[in-house]
Amino acid sequence: MVLTSAAGLMTTDSLRRVLEDMGAEAYETMTYYERWIASIAQNMVEAGAVTSDELGAKMAEVRARGATYGAAS
Amino acid sequence: MKVRIKSHWPPGHIRTPAYLRGKIGQIERRIGLFNNPEDTAYRQTGPQRELVRVRFRMADIWGARAERGEDVIEAEIYAHWLEPV
Repeated sequence: MVLTSAAGLMTTDSLRRVLEDMGAEAYETMTYYERWIASIAQNMVEAGAVTSDELGAKMAEVRARGATYGAAS
Repeated sequence: MKVRIKSHWPPGHIRTPAYLRGKIGQIERRIGLFNNPEDTAYRQTGPQRELVRVRFRMADIWGARAERGEDVIEAEIYAHWLEPV
C-alpha cells in the first residue's frame, strides 16, 4: 500500500472504495488483510500496473507452492 | 452559521456520514482545501474542495433518543455537502 501510493498508482480513497464495494458478505468471509490485498490487486489492475492475466498466472503459481510457508519451503 | 447537511444518497465513495445527512449543525471552523475523495477514489482529478468542521447537538441528530441532548459532536464535511438553513 505504501509503495503503490508512493508510485501514484492508488490512494487511501481508492483502497476504501473497493473495500466498500465488496459488500457485507466480504466482512464475514475474508480477514482484514485479505480484503486489503484484494482491493490493492484490483487497484493495480485499474491503474494498469498489472493485467488480470498476469495477476491470475502469478496467483496460480503461488497457490501451487502449497497452503503454508512450511509447505512452500 | 447554521447549515444543513444535504440529504443526498448518490452511489460512490462518499465520506459524509449517513447519520448526519439531513441534520442541522453550526460551522465551527473552515479548515482549508483538500482533494475530494469522491474523485480520488476513482482516479479522477477534480478541483480541491473546502473542508469544514461542523458541530451538531446530539438532540439535533438523535432527537428524544439522545441521552444528553446538549452534548455535541463535530464532523469534518466537505463544503459542497452543506446548504444554508
